[in-house]
Amino acid sequence: MSSSTNTVCKSHNARSSWLAALVGALCLVAASDAQVGELRVPSRVVAGTSISIPTTGSGTGTFYLVGPSAATRRDVDLGQQISVPSEDLRSAGRYVGILCADTCGSVEFFVMPAKPVSLTFLVHPSRAPVGQNDVISGVALPFDEFRNQVVAPVTVNFQLTAGSSSPMSHSVSSQNGIAWFRANSGKSAGALQVVASLRDASARRIVQQVASDPCNLRIKGQRTAKGIMVETEPVRDCAGNPVPDGTVVTFTAKGGKEASTVDAPIKQGIARAHMTAAGPVSISAASGVVMGNELHLGAQ
Amino acid sequence: MKIALPIIIVAMTILLLFAGLTEAGRSIGTVGIASGSALPGLTDSGATPEQALGSFLSDVQRRNWGPAFSRVEKTNDAMNEQGFIQEWIGSNGGLRSFSNLETYEMRPLHATDSEAQMRVRLHWATPVGPVDDVRDFHLVHRDKWKVVWDEGPAPNLPSQVISVNYLRWDLVTGTAGEEWGSRNVDAPHVRITSMNAVDTAEGTVVMGEVVNEDTIPAFVNVNATLVDASGSAIDEESSFDKILHVLLPKQVSPYRVDFPHVGLSKVKNVRMDVKATLVPASSDPVIGAMNQKLETDAQGRAVLHGDLLNQSGRTVNIPHVIASFYDNSGKVVWVSDGYVESALLPQASEPFAVEIPKSLAGKVQNFHVVVNQYSLQKS
Repeated sequence: MSSSTNTVCKSHNARSSWLAALVGALCLVAASDAQVGELRVPSRVVAGTSISIPTTGSGTGTFYLVGPSAATRRDVDLGQQISVPSEDLRSAGRYVGILCADTCGSVEFFVMPAKPVSLTFLVHPSRAPVGQNDVISGVALPFDEFRNQVVAPVTVNFQLTAGSSSPMSHSVSSQNGIAWFRANSGKSAGALQVVASLRDASARRIVQQVASDPCNLRIKGQRTAKGIMVETEPVRDCAGNPVPDGTVVTFTAKGGKEASTVDAPIKQGIARAHMTAAGPVSISAASGVVMGNELHLGAQ
Repeated sequence: MKIALPIIIVAMTILLLFAGLTEAGRSIGTVGIASGSALPGLTDSGATPEQALGSFLSDVQRRNWGPAFSRVEKTNDAMNEQGFIQEWIGSNGGLRSFSNLETYEMRPLHATDSEAQMRVRLHWATPVGPVDDVRDFHLVHRDKWKVVWDEGPAPNLPSQVISVNYLRWDLVTGTAGEEWGSRNVDAPHVRITSMNAVDTAEGTVVMGEVVNEDTIPAFVNVNATLVDASGSAIDEESSFDKILHVLLPKQVSPYRVDFPHVGLSKVKNVRMDVKATLVPASSDPVIGAMNQKLETDAQGRAVLHGDLLNQSGRTVNIPHVIASFYDNSGKVVWVSDGYVESALLPQASEPFAVEIPKSLAGKVQNFHVVVNQYSLQKS
């Protein structure tokens, strides 16, 4: 992937107009009588490694290095190696090295990301109802130690573990620096641990698998001295998971032209409400868009 | 002449002032309706029922409790001046505690030599906007006309211990640092289950219901944008206070978005947008809406009334009732709301009433009431 191109003032083979303008300007201000030969860089440059660029001729010159995140300038002796320290090559991307003496020459080269050492991992959603297809998705982006995104294909291993069940693994090769997966939610409510790992790097996220809509919502009730005490049976979803406490169950009691309603939260699996109605009533329950059974109670 | 002109001017001024003050009640509004907001110290004595009630309400308006109470004919010996004052200024941080009687309109219902019945529309200025209260007063003639006050003192709440094991949701900020993707908690899933746009005399009204489908509480707001035939937005409004903002898991709330002065005929499309944010919340207090009944009140208005019952141990300072009304196909045909002026004490009940347009009353087959609550103490 690494490549380099050379530009010398007199050859006018600059690939881009801004580079041609820069080289031209530098040629105009060059005061030395030294000649700059062709610059050569190693065929593969990895982020965070130093390189040496051999030069020809004699005398002194000025070396410019323009990279994605910084530009440097220094005086160099022609005929010696120009040593570019690793700190100047931490960012992956396109670099231009320009050496000016009597004339100017330049070289373009690309710095590749180093080996991946960390993963950025995004999992969506943070809560997922149980028993849903393709509801969980995860995206992992490998980065090297200098936070360059590693675009070369690497294999990321995704591991999903819910409760005490055996982990489910899935290896994915990244494309253009991204590895991703989709998965169904499990049958049981609880925390789903999702780990993305790549060599020594790993990132962990938690998806809370929550009960789905209530299923077979059933109520029972009886008259008391103060009115009617009505309560649900333990509220569960269709997979048998208890619906979380705090979920609202709306009780409606209808008798004649009168109605009474109470929005009661589930506590310890059961929603209870106290209602007032003297005559015969029909009591129903609903939670969200789910309806329960109807209960008929005679007059007090 | 030098002295005569000032004397004439002063005399005329006094005469006009006197005439203006004595005739004020009869000079404003519809014939037969007296309006009030009398000047301090210049109220009528009570030669007629109108004058007596006007003086009484003027004193109440100015919070001259002594003179006001002296114009009262008590029917309940337990009633004292303190209870009378509390009846007017509210207590326990209820809406009435923050309200002022702005104006009133009196209308005689019937009168004889010894007694009279007056209907008064009291206009209150409150933090939630103007609130009108219609009240019938009975007056009797003793040595002068007096207002019969048959309200008993507020029942004393007995000391009691109420065990509460309510649920609440708190938000915990993760400690995973600034790593991207490590602190994400999704916003609650909230869905608009129904929407209906209707044309009214005041403009277009968009209403319906919204449900929190998630397992966590949500702070919800519904916005609507009216779009014309060319695709341009005509107006954008939010549900403001006509929605139960904090929705617990699986809770359903009506919403209503008003577009004053925008006719539905101009509207080609309505764009709905529901915004939900994760918030800390408590499932306490539980408030039941009991004995709801759709009736026509004494003024001929269609009103849904009932009683709110606070089933928990915490005072609800300002209860707010929001009701959705359905036709026989289950479509929401109207949403209306109303604030209850008295605080809702623990294990106690308070009446409520919300009005619906008379034209819609015949269509209504069913209704659903939710109760919003504002409490001074932190939940």
